[in-house]
Amino acid sequence: MKQKSIGFIVADVIYILMMILPFLAAITLKVLTTPLSDGVEITGARIFFTIPMPIQDLLVTESQINSLCVMIALFGLCLFLTHGLKTKNISVRQHLAEWIVEKVDKLVNDSMGNYFMNFAPFIIAILALSAFSSFTCLIGLFPPTSDINIVAGWAVLVFILITYNKLKCGPVHYLKGFAEPVAFLAPINFISEFATPISMAFRHYGNVLSGSVISVLIATALQGLSNLVLGWLPGFLGEIPFLQVGIPAVLSIYFDVFSGGLQAFIFAMLTMMYVADGFPMEEYFARKKAKQDKQH
Amino acid sequence: MLELAIGIILGGCALGAGCAMIAGIGPGIGEGNAVAAACEAIGRQPECKGSVTSTMLMGCAIAETTGLYALVIAILLIFVAPNLLVNVLLRALGA
Repeated sequence: MKQKSIGFIVADVIYILMMILPFLAAITLKVLTTPLSDGVEITGARIFFTIPMPIQDLLVTESQINSLCVMIALFGLCLFLTHGLKTKNISVRQHLAEWIVEKVDKLVNDSMGNYFMNFAPFIIAILALSAFSSFTCLIGLFPPTSDINIVAGWAVLVFILITYNKLKCGPVHYLKGFAEPVAFLAPINFISEFATPISMAFRHYGNVLSGSVISVLIATALQGLSNLVLGWLPGFLGEIPFLQVGIPAVLSIYFDVFSGGLQAFIFAMLTMMYVADGFPMEEYFARKKAKQDKQH
Repeated sequence: MLELAIGIILGGCALGAGCAMIAGIGPGIGEGNAVAAACEAIGRQPECKGSVTSTMLMGCAIAETTGLYALVIAILLIFVAPNLLVNVLLRALGA
C-alpha cells in the first residue's frame, strides 16, 4: 500500500480538529458564562448579547451558538469522510460515506418516489443536523433542538418547500386544492395548511424539552432520596449523593439518544411525506406531456 | 392584598398546568392501541417485523403530538406565565 503524503495527513488533522474544536469552544463558553448555583434550575437558552435591530432586537443565544458549532462539526465530518475518494482499494471511511449515501437514496426513493431524488442531500442534512443537535446534551451543552426558535426555523423552511412544490402547477391549481373535497371546507383546509409547520416544530421541541425537564427532575429527586437514605453515614460520606451515580445515565439513553434520534428521523420522514403529498404529480406530468405534444 | 393576588396567580398557573396535562390520557390510549395492533401484526407475520416496527414508531410519534401540545402549555404555565402575570399586575397597580 502506498504511503500517505504529508498533505493528506495535515488535511485529515484539520478536518478532525474542525469536528472537535467547536464543541470545546462551546463548552468553554458555557463554563465561563454560567453563574454558580445550587439546587434545581430549569432555564431556557442563555442570552449572550443582543444586536439592536429596527423592528425587534436580535438575540444571540446559546442555542444559536451551539447550532453553529454542530454545523461546523458536520461540515468537518463530511469533508473527512469524502477525503481521498478512490475507485479501487477503497478505505473504511469511503465505505462509510458510500453506505450513508446509498441508505439515504433508498429511503428517499422509497418514500418520495424517483422524481424527488434531488431531495436526498437536503433530507440527510436536516436529519444529521437535528440528530447531532439533540446529541449535544450528551456532552453537557444546551441542546439547540430544545429551543423552539431553532426548530421553528427548520419547520418554516419545510413549509416553504411544501408550498413551492404545491405551486408547481400554477396558483389557480393551488387555490383549487383548498376546496377539496367540498368547497365550504376551505377555511378548515386553510388552517390545517398552517398547522403543519406549527405541529412539526412543537413535536420536535416538546419531545427534546420534556426529556431534559424529566432528567433534571429525576436527578434532583435522587439527590433528595440519597440524603434521606444515606444521610446517617459519618462525615462527608453522608453528603455525597451516591444514588445519583449511574441511574440518570440509564434514563439519558432513552430521553437523549433514542428520543433525539427518533425525532430527527420523524422530522425527516414528515418532510418527505408532506413534500411528496403536496406535489400534484399527475396534473404536472399531464401538463408537461401536453406541452411537449404541442411543440412537436 | 397584593400577596393574595400573587397567590391566586401562582395557584391558578399551577392548577392550569395540571389540568392541561389531562390531555396525556389521549395519546396514552392511542399509542397503546397502535402498539397492540403492531404486536398482533408481528405475531401474524413475523417476517414483517422491521417495517411494522418502524411504521409503528412513526405513528406513535405523530399520535404523541396532542400530548406534546399540552406539555408545552403546561411548561409555559409553570415557567413563563407566573413572571409575566405578576409583572402585569404590578404594572397595573403602579399605574
